[in-house]
Amino acid sequence: MNNKIETIDLEKTSAGYAAAAAAVKCRIILCAGTGCVANGALAVREALAKELEAAGLNVKLELSAHDDNHDIHYISRSGCQGFCQMGPLLHIEPAGILYTRVKVSDVPEIVAATLVNGELIERLLYLDPVTGKRCKGDEEISFYNRQHRVVLKNCMIEPDSIAEYIHRGGYYAARTAISAMTSQDVCQKILDAGLRGRGGGGFPTGRKWQITLASENNKKYIVCNGDEGDPGAFMDRSVMEGNPHSVIEGMLIAGKAVGADEGYVYVRAEYPLAVKRIRSAVNAAAAAGLLGNNLFGAEFNFKLHVMEGAGAFVCGEETALLASIEGKRGMPMPKPPYPAVKGLWGKPTVINNVETLASVPAIIREGAEKYRSIGTPDSPGTKTFALTGHVANTGLIEVPFGTTLREIVNNIGGGVIDNDGKVTGEGFKSVQIGGPSGGCLTPAMLDMPLDFDSLKNVGAMVGSGGLVVMNNQTCMVRIARFFMQFTQNESCGKCVPCREGTRQMLAMLDDIIDGKADAQTLELLEQTARAVKIGSLCGLGKTAPNPVLSTMHYFRKEYEEHVFNKCCPAGECTALTPLKIIAEKCKGCTACVRICSVNAISGEKKQPHKIDADICIKCGACKTVCKFKAIA
Amino acid sequence: METENKFVTVNGIEVKIGSERNLLELIRKAGIEIPTFCYHSELSIYGACRLCLVDIEGRGVVASCSTPPEPGMVIRTDTREIREMRKINIELLLANHNRECPSCVRSSSCALQDIARRLGVGDIRYKQRIKMQKIDKSSPSLERDPNKCILCGDCVRVCKEVQGIGAIDFAFRGADACVVPAFKRDLGDVECVNCGQCAAVCPTGALIPRQHQDKVWDAIYDPDKIVVAQIAPAVRVALGEYFGFKPGENVSGKLVKALKMMGFDYVYDTCFAADMTIWEEAAEFIKRLENQTDLPMFTSCCPAWVKYAEIYFPEMLPHLSTCRSPQQIFGAVARKVLPGQLGAKPQNITVVSIMPCSAKKYEAQLPKFTQEGNPDVDYVLTTVEVGRMINSMGIKFEELEPEAFDMPFGFATGAGVIFGASGGVMEAALRYVSEKLNGAPMNNLNFKAVRGNATRREATLTVAGRQVSVAIVHGLENARKLIMEQKAGKCKFDFIEVMACPGGCIAGAGQPITHSKKVREQRTTGIYNADKSMQLQKSQDNYMVEQCYQQHLGGCSGCETAHHTLHTGYTDRSGIFKT
Amino acid sequence: MNKKIEEKQDMAAVDRILAENRYSKAKLIAILQAIQEEYRYLSEGVISHVAGVLKLPPAQVYGVATFYAHFSLKPKGKHIFRLCDGTACHVKKSHGILNALYQRLGLSPEKNTTDDMMFTVETVSCLGACGLAPVMIVDGEVYGQVRPEKAVEIVETIIASEKNNQE
Ligand SMILES: Cc1cc2nc3c(=O)[nH]c(=O)nc-3n(C[C@H](O)[C@H](O)[C@H](O)COP(=O)(O)O)c2cc1C
Ligand code: SF4
Ligand code: SF4
Ligand code: SF4
Ligand code: SF4
Ligand code: SF4
Ligand code: SF4
Ligand code: SF4
Ligand code: SF4
Ligand code: FES
Ligand code: FES
Ligand code: FES
Repeated sequence: MNNKIETIDLEKTSAGYAAAAAAVKCRIILCAGTGCVANGALAVREALAKELEAAGLNVKLELSAHDDNHDIHYISRSGCQGFCQMGPLLHIEPAGILYTRVKVSDVPEIVAATLVNGELIERLLYLDPVTGKRCKGDEEISFYNRQHRVVLKNCMIEPDSIAEYIHRGGYYAARTAISAMTSQDVCQKILDAGLRGRGGGGFPTGRKWQITLASENNKKYIVCNGDEGDPGAFMDRSVMEGNPHSVIEGMLIAGKAVGADEGYVYVRAEYPLAVKRIRSAVNAAAAAGLLGNNLFGAEFNFKLHVMEGAGAFVCGEETALLASIEGKRGMPMPKPPYPAVKGLWGKPTVINNVETLASVPAIIREGAEKYRSIGTPDSPGTKTFALTGHVANTGLIEVPFGTTLREIVNNIGGGVIDNDGKVTGEGFKSVQIGGPSGGCLTPAMLDMPLDFDSLKNVGAMVGSGGLVVMNNQTCMVRIARFFMQFTQNESCGKCVPCREGTRQMLAMLDDIIDGKADAQTLELLEQTARAVKIGSLCGLGKTAPNPVLSTMHYFRKEYEEHVFNKCCPAGECTALTPLKIIAEKCKGCTACVRICSVNAISGEKKQPHKIDADICIKCGACKTVCKFKAIA
Repeated sequence: METENKFVTVNGIEVKIGSERNLLELIRKAGIEIPTFCYHSELSIYGACRLCLVDIEGRGVVASCSTPPEPGMVIRTDTREIREMRKINIELLLANHNRECPSCVRSSSCALQDIARRLGVGDIRYKQRIKMQKIDKSSPSLERDPNKCILCGDCVRVCKEVQGIGAIDFAFRGADACVVPAFKRDLGDVECVNCGQCAAVCPTGALIPRQHQDKVWDAIYDPDKIVVAQIAPAVRVALGEYFGFKPGENVSGKLVKALKMMGFDYVYDTCFAADMTIWEEAAEFIKRLENQTDLPMFTSCCPAWVKYAEIYFPEMLPHLSTCRSPQQIFGAVARKVLPGQLGAKPQNITVVSIMPCSAKKYEAQLPKFTQEGNPDVDYVLTTVEVGRMINSMGIKFEELEPEAFDMPFGFATGAGVIFGASGGVMEAALRYVSEKLNGAPMNNLNFKAVRGNATRREATLTVAGRQVSVAIVHGLENARKLIMEQKAGKCKFDFIEVMACPGGCIAGAGQPITHSKKVREQRTTGIYNADKSMQLQKSQDNYMVEQCYQQHLGGCSGCETAHHTLHTGYTDRSGIFKT
Repeated sequence: MNKKIEEKQDMAAVDRILAENRYSKAKLIAILQAIQEEYRYLSEGVISHVAGVLKLPPAQVYGVATFYAHFSLKPKGKHIFRLCDGTACHVKKSHGILNALYQRLGLSPEKNTTDDMMFTVETVSCLGACGLAPVMIVDGEVYGQVRPEKAVEIVETIIASEKNNQE
């Protein structure tokens, strides 16, 4: 193929970029992640360029090493900066300003006031919901300044610029690994760093590589798992969008470590932007001789393909993922044989998560010791979480392993909000962590350090890192049902416990929510959950009962209320919530009286009516028929 | 090879590791039965039913079918947890199952029913949560009841891996997952070749051969009808199993007797027709060999194979022998001869075949096999159906006194009998061809080289100074490979026998269900024993066949009438999915 | 404006896609994706054709096409509403939006395309923009922090502009 392309000189590229960057007077970084783009970031960028030009300033959308013009205003893009809720985000460097919720209509003022005159525009600054103060930039915002960003650090760079990535130390680690280390050394270094897989299981990455290295075969593969199916998690997306070269570099190093010469990045189809960025990064790397043959002049070849998924959560499971790459239904296969021995097309294959691979270059570059200095002894390093749900600040965060839930929810997240979006300082009910395979944490666990093992001990798991905060207006039975519905939709349907068991579990949860359950339902639900857990073929089924088991364990009373008292304490289950007629709204039209099949409604014509709660079977018919919205 | 003995511990007992591929085989070898739905020693490992779970110390619960034995493993097959899990598993399956055991065809040979009983599943605590679906009766050979399917995938794998077809596969996912033909079409409308191997591996009644017992009873009770039966070679060595005899035991005499008791008027032997097949087919081969045209020649007595060729290799159709299968030869001759002989109107003679096969049900209803509107064969019963009919009559089969076939179509040679096993047609033909080409009677009739149970066997024989290369395959995927090699010039055979079922008709879909290779071998042995016990071994020596030619088929093999009656043509069916 | 599958002519596009993917069985998913891009759904004719060319059993290709949520075997409406029902969106009450859309368009989980082939409403799990929950994509455009009224408003706007187009 492109075996004639020589690998570019990293030092020269760095120097060239540095020279170009020196000419930049002001860098404006517009977040161009999925969230901010959805909120109109690209239009803002265009408007900004026009406005700056009109103001007679020297605007550049791309940096080129041959620019001898100074005083450049460089408008670059970045991947998701994690604070999508406040997007579109606009950073101004070196002034250290962060403007939030920027609209095209704000652009003239930004140019005139800030970029020309150096004044702050107060209303575009982030307003701290707790202190009520405006914050100038990241350093002042608790959402950012309490994080520890390693993997996400480079998310501020221009994702389409390989030169900037190199300038920031990129591809040096790959060069070291490929030209100056043995495969064994690379594995050992990763093992020493204690890197554990971020795809959920936490398996030691160095160990996985060693096993694959030991599988004799002249063909091996590296697969990057970018399927990120957990509904409510998006850290892999942001790494692929914002820093795609770190994933490629991680794969190169993995290739060297196990003796693989070909790789696949499998990206879920719901992430079109991630697919695009990864594809263009692969092309750029190939053009720079960082993919192809004889990389860095060494006897090492590596080629890389990008494949889009087609909408199946289960394809995140290793064997299903491989089946999908091979063009088949994504149905998991029993292990052994493990992919490390018999993977893609029957060849030894390493499968690693996006974040895992993106963590690799820094370990090679800066050493295992440095990596271990953060986090806990058994879970070194940092972890990204997608913080969502009922907290003031939602978004993507990165913290060292061992950080407490309290820190995340109250400080980074800015506290729990109620259904109207207000921080009240109370009302925290639970955090669901690890998505459909995870479990619930309770207020009692607020001070537990988050790491692989302590979470496992309380029946939850790091999983993909989704952290959903829930206030006390949330019904836990419904949350369990939500995840059950998810796993039921996403089960591949291959094995009996998962296919039939989740179907019955979902139906039993529905019975509970609909007030049709009895004591036997609870018992059978629990027994079924246990059977599904031990009996299922793959991780999806094995972990699918976790949300149910964990809510049943920690919120048993809430289940019992539903079952025995036919009452939903959070008031979310309509079938269990007695309906009331709001006297002020009722016009006495009697429509409801006529529809009620059990004659629970009474009242005089043109007078407010009443529902007899003892007779009412909560069918909701009256509510739909009332034209005056008087029934709630 | 390590010489040191290696052991695992199963329920406290040491078991030596041999050549077993997985724990399941090892544990079963130790005499402990583990329930399974989705394990088949001849198919790929699938791991879906989760019944074969065992507990390994230090590793937890694993599926034994997909775990290789390792020395030192301490295994328990019966922990409380596993017991509970298995029961729940069955309960879950039964909750949405079309539970109608008393009237289900698979009752008493159904793995689901059997395991449920063995595990002591009592109360089904789950509610039925799905709507029942339509039963697919479109195929002339098979009936598919999706409401009894447990999605073990055995059928999918056998169709893909053994037959190389893939007519049915998984579709949709999760709770909607199902096993269906493409586009949820009916089985009768897709590329299924009716071999029935899917039904043979199906652990439940989700796939069963079509049942024609009632129609046959109707004919029997109809005073106007003369009902005649033909019994295929492979039936006689398997039917006994239905009544507790050892596999391979030849029960043809008892069967004749039973059929007579049931009200059949005449009972004949398909082996007679098989002998006639050889007269035609071997002669055809000699001609092709001498003219060097359309070689290799393929046998054509397996209708599943014929349909396979029609769909996938239309260009090879000229290579198929034009000779009808023994079933259809019998039918054609019976239709031609019996009205005169029995003094009955053709439409009042009901021809019933008793076959080991589901594809024969398909073959019998093909429009080309009719004479003046009457099908040559009216109904095809499987071995199992006949067993069931015998039972329903209250006949004590074990105690019956054997009775002889009716003449003239009850007279056969050993060559006709061995049609029932893979390699048999070839051997019968070789017995004919070698003698004809040599021009003198031969002593050694047993072509052992073509026997055995390898899925592909080859031999080169010297016949009258001429080299003749032959091959035998069973399983259509093996046929496909062979054809591809032949087409690529990698091999050059003159004569190829193809049978769809593993080991030939002895393992047809109409036989009593077995998953054991050993049973198949015993049936095959039974076939060759029957051959030895026959008075004559070569089809060419069957004087009743010769007489039949003289009296009814224009005089001799190869003449116009004989050709017209005993041969057929093929249809290109490659366009099955082109709309 | 549904592209009708006129067998001969339209298979040309399928054949082009097959050729671009070098008739590789392993590329089946990419092939089906490209075809769906072209026709907005996968017809039986197309699936059979792909199966025939790749020498795969049609049942297998059908099995793949029905496994993945992205493939549609039925034609979809001209305007597609994809509502996120991932965790973040769910706890922010995405089902309210869904119900509003269903009610306005007379749809349900079983029937998700209007009879006039104008609208399709689907749910997806997590679009990766959870910070904006609840999220909805209408004809490729992402809307964040959607309220039920907003969703209905979008429907009305589309209906109005379709009417204008017709006049
Ligand atoms: C149902 C299921 C879904 C999964 N989804 C993902 C996923 O989206 N991304 C991921 O990296 N790993 C996922 N995993 C875990 C992977 O199978 C695999 O363990 C992981 O990619 C290995 O990478 P790591 O060692 O770097 O963590 C999933 C596992 C299961 C059982
Ligand atoms: S556990 Fe569920 S997803 Fe996994 S193989 Fe079984 S059915 Fe499929
Ligand atoms: S339908 Fe509404 S307004 Fe009419 S009587 Fe009932 S509650 Fe009052
Ligand atoms: S909810 Fe149903 S039962 Fe209750 S008052 Fe309304 S109509 Fe009557
Ligand atoms: S398939 Fe088995 S369990 Fe089901 S009805 Fe038939 S005999 Fe009973
Ligand atoms: S076993 Fe029980 S259920 Fe079945 S037929 Fe007999 S009495 Fe009826
Ligand atoms: S009868 Fe044979 S060809 Fe037809 S589906 Fe069954 S196994 Fe496949
Ligand atoms: S039809 Fe029978 S063999 Fe096929 S999947 Fe269903 S139960 Fe298994
Ligand atoms: S091998 Fe025999 S039993 Fe099997 S399909 Fe062919 S003819 Fe029937
Ligand atoms: S997309 Fe801009 S902060 Fe997430
Ligand atoms: S036999 Fe092991 S899972 Fe079915
Ligand atoms: S949960 Fe809706 S976008 Fe992630």
